[in-house]
Amino acid sequence: MTRPTSIRRRLFYQLAIVAAVLSLAFVMVVRGVASRAAEGTQDDILAASATAIADSLSSEQGEVTLELPYSALSMLGTINEDRVFYRVTVEGETLTGYPDLPVSNLPTRIDTPAFSTEFYRGDEVRLSSILRRVSNTATGSRVVVTVAQTRSGLAAITQRITITATGVGLLFFLLATTLSLLAANSALRPLRRMTGAVTRRGPSDLRPVTAETPAELAPLVDALNSFMARLRSSLSRTEDLITEAAHRVRTPLATVRTQAEVTHRKLNKPEHKQAIRDMIRAIDESSRSAGQILDHAMVTFRADSLALDPLDLVALTTETCDRLAPTADLKDIAFVRRLPAGPVTFKGDGIMLQAALHNILDNAIKYSPEDSDITIRIDVSSDIKLSIEDQGWGFGDADLTSLTNRYSRGSNVGDVVGSGLGLTIADEVARAHGGTLELSHSMEGQGACVSLILPYV
Amino acid sequence: MRYLLIEDNHKLAGAVVERLQLDGHAVDHADRLDAASACMDVADYDLILLDIMLPDGDGRDFLQRQRRAEKRTPVIVITARSAVSDRISLLDLGADDYITKPFDFAELEARCRAVLRRQGGVADNQKVFEGTVLNLTTGELQFGDSSTNLRNRELRLLEVFFGAPNQVFSKSHLIDRMFSLSDEASENAIEVYVARLRKRLEGSGARIETVRGLGYRMIAA
Repeated sequence: MTRPTSIRRRLFYQLAIVAAVLSLAFVMVVRGVASRAAEGTQDDILAASATAIADSLSSEQGEVTLELPYSALSMLGTINEDRVFYRVTVEGETLTGYPDLPVSNLPTRIDTPAFSTEFYRGDEVRLSSILRRVSNTATGSRVVVTVAQTRSGLAAITQRITITATGVGLLFFLLATTLSLLAANSALRPLRRMTGAVTRRGPSDLRPVTAETPAELAPLVDALNSFMARLRSSLSRTEDLITEAAHRVRTPLATVRTQAEVTHRKLNKPEHKQAIRDMIRAIDESSRSAGQILDHAMVTFRADSLALDPLDLVALTTETCDRLAPTADLKDIAFVRRLPAGPVTFKGDGIMLQAALHNILDNAIKYSPEDSDITIRIDVSSDIKLSIEDQGWGFGDADLTSLTNRYSRGSNVGDVVGSGLGLTIADEVARAHGGTLELSHSMEGQGACVSLILPYV
Repeated sequence: MRYLLIEDNHKLAGAVVERLQLDGHAVDHADRLDAASACMDVADYDLILLDIMLPDGDGRDFLQRQRRAEKRTPVIVITARSAVSDRISLLDLGADDYITKPFDFAELEARCRAVLRRQGGVADNQKVFEGTVLNLTTGELQFGDSSTNLRNRELRLLEVFFGAPNQVFSKSHLIDRMFSLSDEASENAIEVYVARLRKRLEGSGARIETVRGLGYRMIAA
């Protein structure tokens, strides 16, 4: 498996390589310049020394003589403890000095020093030779004065300079590497900020990314935003479609149901009447399912962009209870309201909470026996607990945790009309608000108790 | 009671009118908003049943015009939209209640009663038999100095007897009138409710008699 490429790492490596190349070049250049300068200095002194010796040449009775000026050699001693050699030849014959000193590069012009590097007596030596014409005879003799010096002093200087240059180069490299690490981090900071802004949002948050964006990332962010806008509008279209479909089917269903009721009145045979009852029940079932599917789609859609308005849960509960009271009344079911006297303020989405409460109450009515009570309570402690308790069949032995799953219904519902979405809707609303839906067995009797538990803030 | 039904779907309107007439109500039908206004100019209605999507306008605008003109006739909106947000906006516009298509007539009746009760009731919506008064809006049963409030099913059952005193009603007919058609009801339930009504009527000028093999009827005590 290949490692995912990291822009930061790549940036850092590239900057570090550039720094290394620059450091190396710096060391080489400094070392080259320094050693050439040192060589030049040695050459100058060697030439001066050779010239000084040549100046001391004289001729006596046709013989070339030399009074060796020791100052000429002592000036060489200033450099280091290098050994110094010399040789003076007259027409190729050694006059004085070291006769085995090799002179490969003989000067061809008078007073122009020639230089060479030789290996002599175990050491590398630098030689400087000067050509003079001494007029001892009619033609004069060609005299070559050669002065040589070992190069250990030079090597020491070069080494010292090299060490310093390497140190400086290394320091430069480390400094540049550190700076490039900082630079890579700083260059990528806007990217990290943006990544953070994108990952912090929930999986269903489809609002456009508004975090500050560097120009290079703008096209990417634009693409992301337009993608999310498309997704959002597609979700919204789906919701519209469901609404429209539900709408279209409801008017004909109402016609059928009303005609069925009229027909039911006119029929006499019990089996005919039963057939009409079954038909009406099927209509009610599809209508209720359509309503719940719509509520579920709405809840899912709104959870994406949760509106948080301060609202009074007591007023909201009272309103929903009032709304459903006539439906409950049909079965002689009474709502017993145990609500706080004052308002209970909660920041949430009123429409979603109403949908949740409506579905819980609708369920309770559906599964309650005739002539019973449904108790609605709001208790405020560290949480807000809105509980609806009925005197129905309860949840039986059903797994209480699985009942909030989509389309899951209790095992003891018999032939009561239901789609199993009611508790799912309530559960999703609770979770969208950071709360939970709690199912328990009723405290009194064997009924069910459904509690919407919301964080009290 | 007198209803005005504003609904553009003729099949549905026809069925609703017939169904309400079966319960003894007078119903006028308008399929457009202008026709509805014309009806309201010449007659007083106890209740308006209003559809939202109409060929010559939006029912919600009609509702708003009514409320601005201080016309207090209660309006129950019959809507095909079940979304909570749609329902809330209807109430904000001045609807007294709403009912989602397809609807149960027992529920519609219950909602009408609740709306009328909130409004203070309809004066003549009561029936009298032998000095016993049954108010169909409030569900109040009065005789002598006593007054009791009936529960929904007791009211619906007694309404049948008050509609035709001395007439014998079969158990199955009473079940039809007392329970929603989507509820499962047994004939035993009728006996329970008749027993309750007999208790309620104790001391009044009316009583419910069992006609063996046929059913029940209300006669003078």
